[in-house]
Amino acid sequence: MAQPKIIVVGGGLAGLATCIKLAEAGAETSLFSVIPVRRSHSVCAQGGINAAVNTKGEGDSTWQHFDDSIYGGDFLANQTPVKNMCEAAPGIIHLLDRMGVMFNRTPEGLLDFRRFGGTLFHRTAFAGATTGQQILYALDEQVRHAEADGKLTKFEGWEMLSLVLDDQCVCRGIVAINLSTMEVKSFRADAVVIASGGPGLVFGKSTNSMICTGSAVSACFQQGAIYGNGEFIQVHPTAVPGEDKLRLISESVRGEGGRVWVYKDGKPWYFLEEWYPKYGNLVPRDVATRAIFKVVYDLKLGIDGKPQVYLDVSHLDPTFLKKKLGGVLEIYEKFVGEDPCKIPMRVFPAVHYSMGGLWVDFNQMTNIPGLFAAGECEYQYHGANRLGANSLVSCIYGGFIAGPAALRYAKGLTKGADALSDSCFTAEQQRQVSINEELIKSGGKVNPHHIHQELGDVMTENVTVIRYNDKLKKADDKLQELIDRYRNVALPDTSLWANQELVFTRQLGNMLQLARVIALGAWRRNESRGSHYKPDFPNREDEGWLKTTKAKFAGTTQEPEFSYEAVDTQFIKPRPRKYDMKQ
Amino acid sequence: MNPTISLKIKRCDTQDGETYWEEFTIPYKPSMNIISCLMEIQKNPVNARGERTSPVTWESSCLEEVCGSCTMVINGHVRQACSTLVDKLTQPITIESMTKFPRVRDLVVNRKGLFENLKRVKAWIAIDGTHDLGPGPRMSAGEQTVGYELSRCMMCGCCLEACPQVNSHSNFVGAAIISQARLFNMHPTGQMNADERIDALMGDGGLSDCGNAQMCVEACPKEIPLTTSIAEMERSATKRAFKRLLGT
Repeated sequence: MAQPKIIVVGGGLAGLATCIKLAEAGAETSLFSVIPVRRSHSVCAQGGINAAVNTKGEGDSTWQHFDDSIYGGDFLANQTPVKNMCEAAPGIIHLLDRMGVMFNRTPEGLLDFRRFGGTLFHRTAFAGATTGQQILYALDEQVRHAEADGKLTKFEGWEMLSLVLDDQCVCRGIVAINLSTMEVKSFRADAVVIASGGPGLVFGKSTNSMICTGSAVSACFQQGAIYGNGEFIQVHPTAVPGEDKLRLISESVRGEGGRVWVYKDGKPWYFLEEWYPKYGNLVPRDVATRAIFKVVYDLKLGIDGKPQVYLDVSHLDPTFLKKKLGGVLEIYEKFVGEDPCKIPMRVFPAVHYSMGGLWVDFNQMTNIPGLFAAGECEYQYHGANRLGANSLVSCIYGGFIAGPAALRYAKGLTKGADALSDSCFTAEQQRQVSINEELIKSGGKVNPHHIHQELGDVMTENVTVIRYNDKLKKADDKLQELIDRYRNVALPDTSLWANQELVFTRQLGNMLQLARVIALGAWRRNESRGSHYKPDFPNREDEGWLKTTKAKFAGTTQEPEFSYEAVDTQFIKPRPRKYDMKQ
Repeated sequence: MNPTISLKIKRCDTQDGETYWEEFTIPYKPSMNIISCLMEIQKNPVNARGERTSPVTWESSCLEEVCGSCTMVINGHVRQACSTLVDKLTQPITIESMTKFPRVRDLVVNRKGLFENLKRVKAWIAIDGTHDLGPGPRMSAGEQTVGYELSRCMMCGCCLEACPQVNSHSNFVGAAIISQARLFNMHPTGQMNADERIDALMGDGGLSDCGNAQMCVEACPKEIPLTTSIAEMERSATKRAFKRLLGT
């Protein structure tokens, strides 16, 4: 029998990890990516990757990693998959090391580890301050090796538009568009793995790359895939504001001794160290971000009266800084024009990561049979707040589960995609072609980039760090208005060759749908947990809200349907999350 | 009057269409880079003569100079558009696509050839499988420092654009590929396939095509020691040639 055909959408860490497992197992694998996979957003991960390898004599353990992750995520994550991930993490680091990742070394030639937020252990392996880039390259090289051996086919420069579902609503393939020729084509598969990354562009500017639109995920959602915990959006405490994007300054800067401060009464005030003596500058991201908001907006102590605080490494040795943090300090110097080794950096929080994503089971399968998801695009590993340096490990681990699970599923099918008639493939392809044709000839008046800017503004202002129900409701009203105006959108370019405006406009339509899932999920959840903070409901309410949010699409102008699911808490009993205790 | 920025962009609507220059005047904001200028044109696609036009097509992704997408020729120099700040440029700012790769549209080029050449030099560590085989080989901190420097290459193509030996008459793989071969030949496991990589670079379009112009190392946005890599690989190739001669 022929090998099952599997399609992987997305070539960041999760997609590449999936592909490596599939190619190794002999599946006929096709990898779709909007850009050459080596340029995927995983390159932006700076600080490192967590694994309790325990080489520092601190008594670290995978259980401790598990406990830190669950506690850091405010108990919202299902515990079984997180526990499995933490147990697999040391093996993943060793595998990456074997693949040639240039991790920093100890004088003995072993892997070096540094501290990160939300833990008291040195648990983060790193390659300078471009760890994501280095790990992505290693996986890219393994996939290239498989490609050279004929074990895998790449479709780079293709964007997924939709899933192909058969009459039983089983996923049988995808429809994708070639971003140069604009050809729209259906592709058959026995299983599809979505690994398309996060939705940062829903917030306009964020730390995400320009390709992080969440568009493919939204397309799956609109075809029936359930979206989990959408309201949990991580706002990273330290980024540099820019006209085009907000550039991340890694948590590793604080892990290596960087201190956050503002002037108070004419003297430096290290507010994180004062408020959180045990964790200091390394409290989890949601805690640090809210602290900075308090200092800037409530206490009005932002530097020069502006929304910015100092992130200071100028007390550390420049040689040490170059070795451990070179890549990230270089970014600051290039874009701001000041040397962080001499002058403290000025930073402010920025939207960074979505804990929420496609709902999946413990085998990474969505509620649509044959559709799997791995990486930031799914919801499973980070609960209400992700710990720094857990994203890289969750992407790779998720891919390592999704690949073999998709293959097992495909092998169990009684009727493969190739045995189906053409009808569902041609129908879906035609549906997508028609959407494009209508956009091209639309006589509308609105520039899609203006709608995008308004979307970003309304989401950033109302659906990020501090949330109020009246503002969330107004934000959703605005989103409905934007969805309505979107129908009157005009493409600034109507050509049929490399038309980025057409592609962006389609992404924008999908972003608008996802935005409502995020805003309304936040409006409904009347408690504070992890990144989700409502001053009117300041406490975590396990009684009513220790539940996964599940959103289901109900139509482009309809409110999504929400339901809630109990969380697996079988290993660690939920306890109050307090980082301000002395011991 | 509000300050503005003048741009002159070399455009091309299709793969093999005619190129033409189009000028734009856009509002100035402090600390703008080239990407934010192009974004302004998207929001208001009107040229300097006040005519409606199509927005400029370009490639970009991370905007932090780690992905290698947004390479362009700006005021005559090949560089990343994201880290090119308007305040440091003379105006009008000219923006063109790279010339050493096939053009797709406007500032977009097809760099597939670069990735294909990585296959030629087997730019990977051949592992036996993803099952648990324990830790990788030990490596000194010194070796890691050199390896990490080489490993930051983002395949942006600046070194090829700057190299006089890369042109329509040659198959020269360019400095980035040679430097990647060196990276894998340095690695304790990668070393096991060192001869194969050197053989690949001793063939057509390999080391012998380097004219030692040293433009690559100047153009590299990551300051990778590309000429050192080329010299190292040439030394390895010489050794390999001797060994071949002696039949060992």
